[in-house]
Amino acid sequence: MANQKIRNFCIIAHIDHGKSTLADRILEKTETVAVRDMEDQLLDNMDIERERGITIKARAVRLKYTAKDGEEYIFNLIDTPGHVDFNYEVSRSLVACEGAILVVDASQGIEAQTLANTYLAIENDLEVVPVVNKIDLPSADPERVCNEVENVIGIPAMDAPRISAKMGINIDEVLERIVTDIPAPSGDTEKPLKALIFDSYYDSYKGVIIYVRIKEGRVKTGDNIRLMATGAVFTVVEAGFMDADKLVNNGSLEAGEVGYISASIKSIGDTQVGDTVTNNDNPCDEALEGYRKVNPMVFSGIYPADGAKYGDLRDALEKLQLNDASLSFEPETSIALGFGFRCGFLGLLHMEIIQERLEREYNLDLITTAPSVIYKVTLTSGEVQYIDNPTNYPDPALIQTAEEPMVKADILTPSEFVGNIMELCQDRRGIFKDMQYLDDTRVNLHYELPLNEIVYDFFDVLKSRTRGYASFDYEMLGYVPSKLVKLDILLNGDIVDALSFIIHADKAYGRARKIAEKLKENIPRQLFEVPIQAAIGGKVIARETVKAMRKDVLAKCYGGDITRKKKLLEKQKEGKKRMRQLGTVEVPQEAFMSVLKLDS
Amino acid sequence: MTTKDTGIYIHIPFCAKKCAYCDFYSEPYRKNTVEDYVNAVIRNVKAYSDKSCVADTVYFGGGTPSLLSPEQVGKILREISDSFILPDNAEITLETNPNTVDFRKLSAYRGAGINRISIGVQSMIDTELRFLSRKHTAERAEKAVTDAYNAGFENISCDVMIALPEQSPESLTYTLEKITALPVRHISGYILKIEHGTPFDTESIKNIIPDDDTTADLYIKMVDFLKKKGFLQYEVSNFAVSGFESRHNCRYWKCLDYIGIGASAHSCHKGKRFRVERDLQEFIENPVQKTIITDDNPCGFEEYAMLRLRLSEGLNVNDFPEHKSGLLKKIPELVKSGYINYDGEYISLTPEGFLVSNSVIEYLVF
Repeated sequence: MANQKIRNFCIIAHIDHGKSTLADRILEKTETVAVRDMEDQLLDNMDIERERGITIKARAVRLKYTAKDGEEYIFNLIDTPGHVDFNYEVSRSLVACEGAILVVDASQGIEAQTLANTYLAIENDLEVVPVVNKIDLPSADPERVCNEVENVIGIPAMDAPRISAKMGINIDEVLERIVTDIPAPSGDTEKPLKALIFDSYYDSYKGVIIYVRIKEGRVKTGDNIRLMATGAVFTVVEAGFMDADKLVNNGSLEAGEVGYISASIKSIGDTQVGDTVTNNDNPCDEALEGYRKVNPMVFSGIYPADGAKYGDLRDALEKLQLNDASLSFEPETSIALGFGFRCGFLGLLHMEIIQERLEREYNLDLITTAPSVIYKVTLTSGEVQYIDNPTNYPDPALIQTAEEPMVKADILTPSEFVGNIMELCQDRRGIFKDMQYLDDTRVNLHYELPLNEIVYDFFDVLKSRTRGYASFDYEMLGYVPSKLVKLDILLNGDIVDALSFIIHADKAYGRARKIAEKLKENIPRQLFEVPIQAAIGGKVIARETVKAMRKDVLAKCYGGDITRKKKLLEKQKEGKKRMRQLGTVEVPQEAFMSVLKLDS
Repeated sequence: MTTKDTGIYIHIPFCAKKCAYCDFYSEPYRKNTVEDYVNAVIRNVKAYSDKSCVADTVYFGGGTPSLLSPEQVGKILREISDSFILPDNAEITLETNPNTVDFRKLSAYRGAGINRISIGVQSMIDTELRFLSRKHTAERAEKAVTDAYNAGFENISCDVMIALPEQSPESLTYTLEKITALPVRHISGYILKIEHGTPFDTESIKNIIPDDDTTADLYIKMVDFLKKKGFLQYEVSNFAVSGFESRHNCRYWKCLDYIGIGASAHSCHKGKRFRVERDLQEFIENPVQKTIITDDNPCGFEEYAMLRLRLSEGLNVNDFPEHKSGLLKKIPELVKSGYINYDGEYISLTPEGFLVSNSVIEYLVF
């Protein structure tokens, strides 16, 4: 029988609703972390997480709590990301838990991502414990928010703890609810080992560390374990749990517990998240259900700004992939950008995060191509191709049908912005499904949208048109036939492959014009005039010209001092390296980036 | 290594008042310091002495060399004459500031051996002169030129500045009309450049000077106008009546030997480029100026091409045979765009080409 004093739970919250702050308070209250060591957002230990105030990687930590019944409980808190792009991280964590604390902001109410994640938790049979946070704010309206939770999600919420994680109000009540409302784990410690891998990461000293939830049986140091999907066998070196800031080798783990195993595993490829760990000498009958494999939805080419850094970029991507199995990449070549990688991401935020980590943690200067989704193209020959790189888009004459991915989108918004949002969705080729009032002032809008309309800047525009109030979540629906065209950009008559993209025919003209304008702004005047053209097939649909420069001269070279002139020449030589030479045209990195942000 | 001929540049780093756009080395004028400085120059001329070498040109630049008395200039020239072969037809230039000269002083300079005078006129419009923080007026500048002519100078050069705030083709034409009406044989027309760290290096100044297109138009206007008046462009910023091109400055563009004496002076001498620190006191105190080598193997292809292409005569594609084919490949595109002319031997920049010469040169040599 699994330990009845264990509670495994996660926290679900919309960004900024206070998930990490509540986690911090819980760590403090349970004295897992001494107050003097306390840092804000303790579990978000990547710089980028702290700066953006988001959680990217799930983490687990073990706490001890003495409840009002006088008993000591073990809490395993699994911190999860809130953003839609990291849903897969959320669903992984959920399988390791029996309960979830749903944190809702007392003035803002439920948001789209909260909704999506809560439904995920309910689907996974988790007990959901609602908590209303930020009651200290003047605009707080916990009553309304509790009603909203009941109406929208359909779980009792009127007695939800009303807390302020920031001010430390009513945290005890949350801790008690964890004890009373969240069930203890089930599972038989005497059965053969059956454990779910819910995460893994690479440690340069210990090799791959796997995070597991033990469902049945036990595991201890020296055991031979088998990872059922890959069949790989390892000997356990350490088994234990996660303190707030370190791994604690306990020597063993048993049913109901959440912890880590290290077993000198060299390759992250051996440890698929969702795989089942069992004992090699006394294996269980069948593996746990595991996870759906997550497929990247957004693709983009990533190139080093300096071609010589290609090897560094590869190393960096490999290292990032060790801790982020959802990142995919393969080498690709662009005439314009040289050698780089086609990378697949779960969404736009994921893409941004990866780029930022590459630049910051690995000190790389990158050029990124416009994000693309995967298009499904059926050729006249009957062959079906999936295209994630516009360069590979087949000749239109060979295409029988082209299809693009659609998503089902939930947009939660104050009702005053409904008009703005409908206009935006209309503009993005959205199909209105229905609209549901959450209460008098808030609305849930359902739309079907083409994924390629939201991968650029949809979220940014949505935010700006709703003064930041609307929230948005989406899930894949499938493919629908679409009038797609490949838009090429030509500089000085030559196609720049890195700037090509696939777009709906009706939107090609407007986009083409904007891109041409952006490029004109961002390509500096140079020795020769640079014609910019946007074309579909051979037909030019937009054009601009970067006029030739008129003045670039060192008028005076005084007293025979030519050092300045030479320095200038050296500088030009250097500057040239930072530009991409496309025929006679020099294109700065910014120009490639500028076309990614057309509305700003 | 011996040199058959050289040019001698004497830097005189004193100014009564520093102009707001200028970043050349200069110090406030003080009588005793100047005397010490002149003596140091003379010591150095001696130190470079080569009695078999012809000093084809001598150039007093600054700063404000006309702050030296004609006697001091004479002393220096005598030393040059003693230390080198100083032929009768040597070109001996003195830069002057209109405010610091009059007929008597100019006559005395002429008597001391100066035969070419370069006058910092800059503009013939008083508001423009005030903007440049020049102390003279247009009238004064005009008088300096006529005084020089009356003092016996046949070879008179004037500096003109373009791309001044509110300068129009008309106002530029006015200045050029006035100057070319005077007995002037040479004009240097410089585009105002905002130098880092100068008083002009501010946003408010940058906002009022003409943009690149306007500047380019003014430059072309200047080239065309001067051509009509018989002043042919022979370098990016220099124009002369035939036969009055500055021989001294041409030494720079042709990678010929020159010796620079004085604080902050630059040399290309006996196969090395070197410079002297911008430190007046150090120059005065050192028995011989301390030089810092900036290039011990100058006049390679890139440098040679970069300098040669500043001249209207241009670059002979046969001068560096190993680079000839590389150059030839790039010629058509540049000819097509109107940046260069090519006669089968020389690549020469057009006025439009001079305007973007940094880029043209970069395109050609890299």
